[in-house]
Amino acid sequence: MSVYPYLVAAWLFGVGTYGIVTSRDCVHLIVCLTVVQSSTYVVLLGVGYVTGGKAPIFADIPTTSVTVDPVVQALTLTDVVVEATVTALLLALAVQAHKRFRSVDPDQMGLMHG
Amino acid sequence: MSRRARLVVLAVGLALSAGVLVWGLVSVPGFGHYSGRYGRILARDTVPDRHATNAVVVTTFDYRGVDTLIEEFILFVSVVGVTLLLRTQRDEERARRAARAAEREDPETSDALRWVALGLVGPVALLAMYIVTHGHLTPGGGFQGGIVLATSLVLVFVAGRFAIARRGRGHPLLEAVHGTGAAAFAMIGFGGLIGTGVFLRNFISSGGTGLLTGGMIPLANLSVGLEVTGALLLVVTELLDQRLLRPRR
Repeated sequence: MSVYPYLVAAWLFGVGTYGIVTSRDCVHLIVCLTVVQSSTYVVLLGVGYVTGGKAPIFADIPTTSVTVDPVVQALTLTDVVVEATVTALLLALAVQAHKRFRSVDPDQMGLMHG
Repeated sequence: MSRRARLVVLAVGLALSAGVLVWGLVSVPGFGHYSGRYGRILARDTVPDRHATNAVVVTTFDYRGVDTLIEEFILFVSVVGVTLLLRTQRDEERARRAARAAEREDPETSDALRWVALGLVGPVALLAMYIVTHGHLTPGGGFQGGIVLATSLVLVFVAGRFAIARRGRGHPLLEAVHGTGAAAFAMIGFGGLIGTGVFLRNFISSGGTGLLTGGMIPLANLSVGLEVTGALLLVVTELLDQRLLRPRR
């Protein structure tokens, strides 16, 4: 059980990377990148987990309760925001690439207008 | 490079990074056996120190406020990048023609969808405001609430007809909201500099009851909420513009 979250993270990383390398479509490639990035969420949240710990929000639990690490949760929030912005920027690039090369296949782009 | 060669290169790279990954994971504490001090100290100090109950938001906006400021600027700059990229080839005349064609060809939005979207606008906006304003007490915060608020405004597009929106001239109101949100958070930082001599240190009394606790954190939530709303709506409208600009074949 104690390595399970890290195995999930490694699997997400591997499967996303495979998708990026074999992709035939820019949009698909960008989605694969988000899969790779989601592996970092699993690692971060897994590192900060404490067995039996509660969410670090003390609105309805005593302030002395054992909680999971709030720092990695804040880091994950940062990670999600950065991923969203990177995705938006890449999608905009994909739109421009399609205008220019009339294709969203990464293989076609370099070959036609090298 | 052929597909086959590429897969071979990938296999070598993956094998190498798998090795590094295993090497790194060996020294990670087992799942559930977190041993870091920093997180524990922050979780313990949040309530007595900052009078706010959501340790994640307090960490994000107060203890690690500078990180969040930089993150917010990443968001700001990349949305500016999206708008610049998508506007470079905008041609007003062609845009108007293409949009007229698109309006003719677009299938009508069904009345059922419009009514459902219209009915959801109010409740979703209310939920968003709740999430933003209660961010320092219960799960939520500026980033999450901003996304929900932007969703409620996207529902307005769904309920109405997006093609009516200004085309080819940018979206001044959204840009203003986006910029104001980003600037407001930086201003809060300067408020700390003026009030306490340290950038982004809390300069507002964090006592009080109900919503008015946590010092500057609720203000930071509001500013980030504004910025995220503006950012997301700008991206959505710019991408929708592209959809309308593209000449159909």
